[in-house]
Amino acid sequence: MISSPRVIRALKATASVVLLALVWQVASYFFPHYLFPPVQDIVVRTIDILVSWPQLYEVLITALRIFGGLFGAFIFGGLVALAVGRSPRIESYITPFLVFLQGIPALSWVIIAIIWFHGIEFRILFIMVITTLPAFTFQILDAYRSMSKDLFEMTMSFRPSAWTLFRVLIVPTIVPGILTAWKVNLGNAARVVVVAELVGATGGVGYQLLRQQQLFDMAGALAWTIQLVLFVLVVQQAIVMIENWLLRYRPVSERAA
Amino acid sequence: MADPIIRFDEVTKVFRRPDGRGDFIAVDRLSFEINPGEIVVVLGKTGCGKSTMFNLVAGLLEPTSGKVSVVGHDPFREFEYFRGKIGIVFQGDRLMPWRTALDNVLLGLDILSIARPQAEETARGWLTRLGLAGHEHDYPHALSGGMRQRVSIARAFAVDPQILLCDEPFSSLDEMTARDLRAEFVRLVRQNGKTAVFITHSITEAMEVGDRILVFHRPARIAYETRLGQNMAGGARSEVTDRILDVLGTSQ
Repeated sequence: MISSPRVIRALKATASVVLLALVWQVASYFFPHYLFPPVQDIVVRTIDILVSWPQLYEVLITALRIFGGLFGAFIFGGLVALAVGRSPRIESYITPFLVFLQGIPALSWVIIAIIWFHGIEFRILFIMVITTLPAFTFQILDAYRSMSKDLFEMTMSFRPSAWTLFRVLIVPTIVPGILTAWKVNLGNAARVVVVAELVGATGGVGYQLLRQQQLFDMAGALAWTIQLVLFVLVVQQAIVMIENWLLRYRPVSERAA
Repeated sequence: MADPIIRFDEVTKVFRRPDGRGDFIAVDRLSFEINPGEIVVVLGKTGCGKSTMFNLVAGLLEPTSGKVSVVGHDPFREFEYFRGKIGIVFQGDRLMPWRTALDNVLLGLDILSIARPQAEETARGWLTRLGLAGHEHDYPHALSGGMRQRVSIARAFAVDPQILLCDEPFSSLDEMTARDLRAEFVRLVRQNGKTAVFITHSITEAMEVGDRILVFHRPARIAYETRLGQNMAGGARSEVTDRILDVLGTSQ
């Protein structure tokens, strides 16, 4: 009898994927293959991308763009959050601006970036940073504000320098918020990068999806989509592992699964 | 006689009420002195201004008027001067949950920029003295309430402060653990020649810990003061207890 919750969860997830594949396979018997290609075709195309360096390179380009955008938004968002957290006066100016940014669709930023900038990489970096910046800022700000007043007073009783206070109290306090922000924004970034590449790039998964659409190749479109899904799943899992290591001080029941 | 280590001179602290209903006087023209090596207990009902007085000594608040002097300096204005000079044991243990017991004790030493090997030796020494050998690498959630409070005492002592401030440090513990820790605390203060200000609302605790007791009435002013001899007879202790009860009974 299997008792490990992790194994049970993995088995359930596998079962749901297998069920979806079965339904798809059945659909492929009743519909033309350009609408529902057989599962084996999709699997072959997916593996083909993974073992062919020029195609894998396209996936890695997209992955780098996602990381670059998220890292930029994390740095800017973190700085803005700490500035706002320390000064309520700044908050009254910055928050409406960030809320306004949040309301702008990613596609609008793609158009704006194409008109404003020439370089493809800079365009995509700009789009990624500007679309994920508000979420990073708000999540890190929330974490900063949740800092325990008791721990702050206790630390201040030792009279630390500003840098030491940041190192010993503020950083450990905001780490859980930073990790949540990375997990939440990773999925958003994967969606945005595809739109940005689709419209404004000549390489990457988004550009390859555009090519599959032009060729009317559903198996190819799904295979490239699966690359992105796999990337997000692998990175999510890596973040959970980092989270479990960084937050190992928490009782086991409070850690991420 | 040595100069007092803590001196309050006509100190008043007024807070503005957040709802705009005027001001609230927490401490009213309070004057007293504490000599080096003394353990002074401040006793009073909840809300009588004990914690405000505590925060004024710790330099966490600025007096509205009057002068607070600790080792001849202003604890609020001279922020860096007091680094490592005052150790505080709070009501709760206030341990950082992301640090092990050892790392929590190392906090103050880290802030004082003590070299790591020396700091670790000091921290381990204090944990051992407080009966926590073998628990150095436990996180706070894995320790009992009494053990956590021992870690917080070790953290306060580790920086070798001249003055220890204790704000009802054992009030959340069961009576047996609290009694053991009180005895331990007094022993450590005397052994290490510290001066301590100990806030409590328990008369029993005040009698066990203090050399001198200051009973506060609201807003913080001294309503009664007594010195306790170490060999004070049981009858005399009962008299003091009765007197304190009388004074507290008449407070607002």
